[in-house]
Amino acid sequence: MMNEILPFLKQLISAPGLSGYEAPIRNIVAETWRPLTDELHISRLGSLHGLRRGNTPDPRPSLLLAAHMDAIGLMVTGLVDGFLRLTRVGGLDPRVLPGQLVTVHGREELPGVIVQPPAHLLPAEIGNDPVPLEYLLVDVGLLPLQVERLVRVGDLVSFAQPPLELGEDYLAGHSLDNRASVAALTDCLMELQGRPTSWDIWAVATAQEEETLGGALTSAHKLRPALAVAIDVTFASSPGSPAHLTFPLGKGPTLGWGPTIHPALQKAFKDLADRLEIPYKLEAMPRRSGTDADAMQVAVEGIPTMVLGIPLRYMHTPVEMVSMKDIARTGRLLAEFAAALDEEFLDKLVWDD
Amino acid sequence: MTEPTYTSPKIGTAQIRLLERLCNAPAVSGDEQEVRAIVLEQVRPHASEVRVDALGNVLAIHPGQGEGRLKVMLAAHMDEVGMMIVDDEGEGILRFDTVGGVDVRQLVGKPVWVGRQHIPGVIGAKPVHLTSAEERKRSLSLDTLRIDIGPDNAKKVMVGDRATFATSFTRLGPSLRAKALDDRLGVVTLIELLRHAPTNIDLLAAFTVQEEVGLRGAHVAAYALDPDLAIALDCTPANDLPAWNSGGQNTDPADGENTRYNTRLGAGPAIYVADHATLSDPRLIRHLVETAETSGIPYQIRQPGGGGTDAGAIHKQRMGIPSVTVSVPGRYAHTAAMIARLEDWKNTLTLVHAALARLPVDLLAVER
Repeated sequence: MMNEILPFLKQLISAPGLSGYEAPIRNIVAETWRPLTDELHISRLGSLHGLRRGNTPDPRPSLLLAAHMDAIGLMVTGLVDGFLRLTRVGGLDPRVLPGQLVTVHGREELPGVIVQPPAHLLPAEIGNDPVPLEYLLVDVGLLPLQVERLVRVGDLVSFAQPPLELGEDYLAGHSLDNRASVAALTDCLMELQGRPTSWDIWAVATAQEEETLGGALTSAHKLRPALAVAIDVTFASSPGSPAHLTFPLGKGPTLGWGPTIHPALQKAFKDLADRLEIPYKLEAMPRRSGTDADAMQVAVEGIPTMVLGIPLRYMHTPVEMVSMKDIARTGRLLAEFAAALDEEFLDKLVWDD
Repeated sequence: MTEPTYTSPKIGTAQIRLLERLCNAPAVSGDEQEVRAIVLEQVRPHASEVRVDALGNVLAIHPGQGEGRLKVMLAAHMDEVGMMIVDDEGEGILRFDTVGGVDVRQLVGKPVWVGRQHIPGVIGAKPVHLTSAEERKRSLSLDTLRIDIGPDNAKKVMVGDRATFATSFTRLGPSLRAKALDDRLGVVTLIELLRHAPTNIDLLAAFTVQEEVGLRGAHVAAYALDPDLAIALDCTPANDLPAWNSGGQNTDPADGENTRYNTRLGAGPAIYVADHATLSDPRLIRHLVETAETSGIPYQIRQPGGGGTDAGAIHKQRMGIPSVTVSVPGRYAHTAAMIARLEDWKNTLTLVHAALARLPVDLLAVER
């Protein structure tokens, strides 16, 4: 499947789709999922629901596999002399912003660059410290009158860093959080082609994860799955990051463990990965998981949830980096899990006390 | 009436395409090979003599015709700021140092090309989720940053390789966006001047190296060429951005008047009166201004202040060489993406060409 997944993922990280405005990315995902699913729907908040029907009699239980498709970025807050001022959509460290190539989604798509004004045009106390976001500007290279005609407050600004292939296995770019997981989920759907499942499988590309978790919460409410799995990126070990909070890149996905995770569900994934000899690491999540699982777990009367993490370096920068092998392993683990679900699985999902 | 012995230069599709090639080529100071190869290919058909000197400067000579010609040196630097790999930590993680004046804050989160094979890499940053508010108030220091080319390509890079920002040239409406517009704009301008060299002068073109690390190429090129006068063709900062208003906390952060813009985009070629390295020759300034005004070419006087160009080295060479600089204004020098106006570049070429074509033989006969 990897032959197909790499170009697909490069396409995914070349498209915008900021939280709340996922249409461009959703259209690409929908086109790829259409032949892989029996039904496709779009939720009221913009998540994409793809159904693969099970082959056992109605009513069948369903598994929800959720990967958020929205990306972090910026939004225009003001225009001044043909330059744009910004606020963030999702969590961003302004220290990565000066010099970043962006696309301003005005009445036309305008390529531009985020700029740090010269020191003497900034408050003296900034000195060599990071320039706060409110002082950064976007320059689209147009004349002030052109900018006023084409751009308005509230327009989105997305990263425009093209994908960068680093050898055979590694890919860098913006929005790999969480398009890498969308790719893994797509790989899972491809692996399931021609393999019937007992359960209904809902592949869901969720909206708005980076801001509100609203997509996953409402999709879980609508779809009422018996089980839900969030697939998201996790911190890969990288220069400057603490070793005890990070996982090696290219050495397999992480299996979450903590209050968001149902222990029996976690054990099922762990046993399956061991049996398939898919390498993995356990990821301790002492509080919230920071993923769609936090919302799905508390949807309706409560849903047993699990989190799979794909290690990713430099999270929330435009040069995030992933290993394609990790994506393939995650896709395979999901597919094998979905395929192995039988009528007795839920009976085994018990608390051990 | 005699036939004109030269044709007028212009910036058209071919010149913009050449600029694109030159901007996308890495040429960090001391390793200008890629740009030099393009320059040599471009200038060979248009010069009577072309040589590469001991430092790597390309010197190209176009002799004029007639008596008492002035020898005019035109200098444009081929090199750009960048990085050098100084340590290989294994698995594709590389420690690096900067070459030339680079604000370390501009490096974070950028893609780069490493070495002559342009191996792609990234300068990452710790995820925001793992940083404290206190940490985010401090800039990331150079010794904490690494270039990451990934484990697969780890063997393809060596300590000593140069790295540049991996930014591809783009047109933005009336503007150009690229790395290294400083000074590839000057390089293409000089190539065009050679192609259309006025015949009243001997045109001595120097495509210089190591400008960004101390004007070292120009220093020896000026000695070798021994000109009567020199013009450096460079790209100077346009700091024409909104200024923060220091009037108080409740004022709009960007409604101050910017009185220190250095130059402005769209206002034409920037003529230097004084920078940190050179007090321009007033006779040359006057000649350029008169040329602009009689020919109706827009121009601006660069605000006197800091900075320096190849003129800083040239004017002190031998017994003194009257020198001036004309620059295309460009925003965001020494970052991943500069922005300049196409119109300013066209007017720079037009101005310098017109000034050379009407250069009086006795310009320097009057005392400075």
